[in-house]
Amino acid sequence: MGNLLSLTTFIPLIGAVILALFLRGNDVAAQRNAKWVALAATSATFLVSLFILFGFDPANTDFQMVEEHSWLLGLNYKMGVDGISVLFVMLTTFLMPLVIGACWNVETRVKEYMIAFLVLETLMLGVFMALDLVLFYMFFEAGLIPMFLIIGIWGGVNRIYASFKFFLYTFLGSVLMLVAMVAMFSIAGTTDIPTLMATDFPATDFTVLGLTIVGGAQTLMFIAFFASFAVKMPMWPVHTWLPDAHVQAPTAGSVVLAAILLKMGGYGFLRFSLPMFPVGSEIMGPLVLWLSAIAIVYTSLVALVQKDMKKLIAYSSVAHMGYVTMGIFTVNQQGLDGAIFQMLSHGFISGAMFLCVGVIYDRMHTREIEAYGGLVNRMPAYAMVFMFFTMANVGLPGTSGFVGEFLTLMGIFQENTWVAVVATSGVILSAAYGLWLYRRVVMGDLIKESLKSITDMNGRERAIFAPLVAMTLLLGVYPSLVTDIIGPSVGALIGQYDTAQAAYEAATQVAAN
Amino acid sequence: MISADIQTILPEIALSVYAMVALLGAVYTIKDGAASTLVWLTSGVFLLLAAWIATRQGAAVPAFDGMFVSDSFSRFAKVTILTSAAAVLVMSETYMARRNLLRFEYPLLVALAVVGMMVMVSAGDLMTLYMGLELQSLALYVVASLRRDSIRSTEAGLKYFVLGALSSGLLLYGASLTYGFTGTTLFSGIITGVQDQPSLALLFGLVFLIAGLAFKVSAAPFHMWTPDVYEGSPTPVTAFFATAPKVAAMALFARLMFDAFGGITGDWQQIVAFLSLVSMFLGSIAAIGQRDIKRLMAYSSIAHMGYALMGLAAGTAFGVQAMLIYMAIYVTMNVGTFAFILGMERDGRPVTDILALRMYAKDQPTRALAMLVLMFSLAGVPPMVGFFGKLYVLRAAYDGGLAWLAVAGVVASVIGAYYYLRIVYYMYFGEEGEKLDAPTQPILGGFLLVSAAMMVIGVVNLFGIEPIAASAAASLVN
Repeated sequence: MGNLLSLTTFIPLIGAVILALFLRGNDVAAQRNAKWVALAATSATFLVSLFILFGFDPANTDFQMVEEHSWLLGLNYKMGVDGISVLFVMLTTFLMPLVIGACWNVETRVKEYMIAFLVLETLMLGVFMALDLVLFYMFFEAGLIPMFLIIGIWGGVNRIYASFKFFLYTFLGSVLMLVAMVAMFSIAGTTDIPTLMATDFPATDFTVLGLTIVGGAQTLMFIAFFASFAVKMPMWPVHTWLPDAHVQAPTAGSVVLAAILLKMGGYGFLRFSLPMFPVGSEIMGPLVLWLSAIAIVYTSLVALVQKDMKKLIAYSSVAHMGYVTMGIFTVNQQGLDGAIFQMLSHGFISGAMFLCVGVIYDRMHTREIEAYGGLVNRMPAYAMVFMFFTMANVGLPGTSGFVGEFLTLMGIFQENTWVAVVATSGVILSAAYGLWLYRRVVMGDLIKESLKSITDMNGRERAIFAPLVAMTLLLGVYPSLVTDIIGPSVGALIGQYDTAQAAYEAATQVAAN
Repeated sequence: MISADIQTILPEIALSVYAMVALLGAVYTIKDGAASTLVWLTSGVFLLLAAWIATRQGAAVPAFDGMFVSDSFSRFAKVTILTSAAAVLVMSETYMARRNLLRFEYPLLVALAVVGMMVMVSAGDLMTLYMGLELQSLALYVVASLRRDSIRSTEAGLKYFVLGALSSGLLLYGASLTYGFTGTTLFSGIITGVQDQPSLALLFGLVFLIAGLAFKVSAAPFHMWTPDVYEGSPTPVTAFFATAPKVAAMALFARLMFDAFGGITGDWQQIVAFLSLVSMFLGSIAAIGQRDIKRLMAYSSIAHMGYALMGLAAGTAFGVQAMLIYMAIYVTMNVGTFAFILGMERDGRPVTDILALRMYAKDQPTRALAMLVLMFSLAGVPPMVGFFGKLYVLRAAYDGGLAWLAVAGVVASVIGAYYYLRIVYYMYFGEEGEKLDAPTQPILGGFLLVSAAMMVIGVVNLFGIEPIAASAAASLVN
């Protein structure tokens, strides 16, 4: 299986092409067929991707299952996975069938909807596997198109504003990264990611318009990449597109956005910023740590006062992503392990949270917290699932949410105690908004007239939640499943980072003498 | 000697003779009755010539003591010009016939304009340059006002003529200064005379020449004629304006800069970089408020010329390669987009208001999808081919030491993305509005789909255009 990665990446696209070319008509039967084709394609992708997971050798820190073909302009079509990316691939393939299942109730333009999700899956998988700078950029940017359409066509009332904001915000961040990529291409003469990771980009200070730039080109390129990934993460203060996008997006769109698309930012930091610009990362690191701490506290406070459930969860996502960026820029084993773990666990938990909102939104067509209350009386199973994920979101020990938060906090304590103190308060705040949301929606007496006939989760919904619950619990009680795979690669990354750092300090010492 | 020279310009001679014979033939026989045949015949001739030129090999051949140059650079430009002109002619037939505009002069004027363009891109002398430019311009002035009973169209022709004459004046003034200070009009002579420390007056000449050419490529701040002319001219003519003449003018620009002023790259680099910067931003910002899709495309073309000029501003062979690739991609996208615009009709009348596109995707999913691909490609969003055009020019600008221009360019492209997105928004999730007629011209649909498909499939290898453009650029810059 020399091209396992390409196969995995393009199965969804093949499904989309089949849908586009061969599925005619818009009656109920055609709609059902579209959904089944999409489900089959995503499931097949998941099954094929299992071969990647089982064929992967965690002890090997190099890229594995590499495929390479030459392309234009000296670029390469190169795919491969290492310990950092392989689990993101798995996360994507695991979640997509559930996402398709979650949009079973959609009735408008079903075929197009399925095509959009299938194309999106291909692009997301490509992002995590690409080993060529421009190839990565292509997958990274192209994902905006289906997401723009998903929000725009199937979104809520204010979808036009949200879709434009989403697109332009992320596009602006990314094009700066493109310029930095062109610069790297020019300096290193290649766009091959493994080669670039081993390249020492110039870090001599220089002066532009009277401003001395410490760390020189590395700092500038770091900032350009940071512009893209920080928007994508999203980090405070460039997170404002996310609540809008989440609120307007359809449930399945929100799930993909929160569970997978946001992870591209964190993945980008790990794949590009740390290994390629170690000097720039070290110089800008403290700023990122503080931004993350602010994000954790500030967005948690904002989440407290939200009236819209989806908006609340969106802000909680931003807060949780704060732990991720914090963990990444501690650059120690616990921090990085924790950051990756947090991203994976957040993929399950936030995805499930948005699905929870989707379940009651499908029934009541409102996301206002006010409109609910006392759901436990008529929806015991739902109350159970919702409670489980609320607790996981809060970071209860035994769920995967705990492991990620704990590891990142452990990492940051070694690096910067003050940031750690601020960030830890976020744990309490997340319990506050999470539990309060739960109390207002699920607990109490069922007094609202409109809720009297609400029905509990049906079989399809239970089937969607079951794997998510299982994964959250499994990773919560047995985190080594993840850390064993990511550990060696993370260790290699840190080793390389420290070497580059030491070399830079030695060089500056020599220059100072 | 002479016979070799004639050999070199044989394609131009053939096309001129064809145009004149066809003109006389039609005048003395059935006049407009021959128009439809002539449209097809002319585009057939274009394609034949393109194939012929493409198969001509060999190094640069200067003819007439260097006044006319045939090298792989001019061949690249000529093939692009001829194929795009052929495509536009074929697309325009039904539109023109329905509006009672299909006169036999139309294809022949286009043919004469194309002769002018072919001379332009091969110019090796200021005189040849001017001759080619004027032949092209005069033919274009006439086709702009082809709709004689429409005030808009007449206005477009007149505006184009007056401003075009002004730009020709600027160009001539610059040419005369250059001639005065170097004593020759031959590019090969100018380049030996202009080295290291050119006199101030010569730089003046250079600036005037650039200003004149900037008019022709409609680069800001010399772009004022573009929106009005695009809007007023009959749509097929607009489509023609947006494609072939742009390629010719850009190629001429590159030829003049490198062949005549290649020794003082640093002096013109700044001017071209400035033109590029202003065009990108003006084109992107001014298009935001447009509701007429032809005006919108006019501003879009101004912005695109800015990107193409970015490649030129790099002042390197790679920059020229980037510019050529950018132009080829741009022309392909524009042919597709105008194929779409030509098909926009309501009750048989042409519509250019973008609000007419509301919920177009519901009735015509395939065409809407093709347009979506083209719009994202124009915006430079990967994986569409338009992105690679941008990638090439950004790389060229960065390598040429113009990192600031590259940063400005990508910022402008985000602004520009807004109005392309807006069209997608109207087509896919706008409110319901009055509907457009179902498309009636399969030819237009074909061009639209082929162009859109090329924008997607081209990702694989850009249809092998890269090495051709590289050798073309190498023949120009040495």
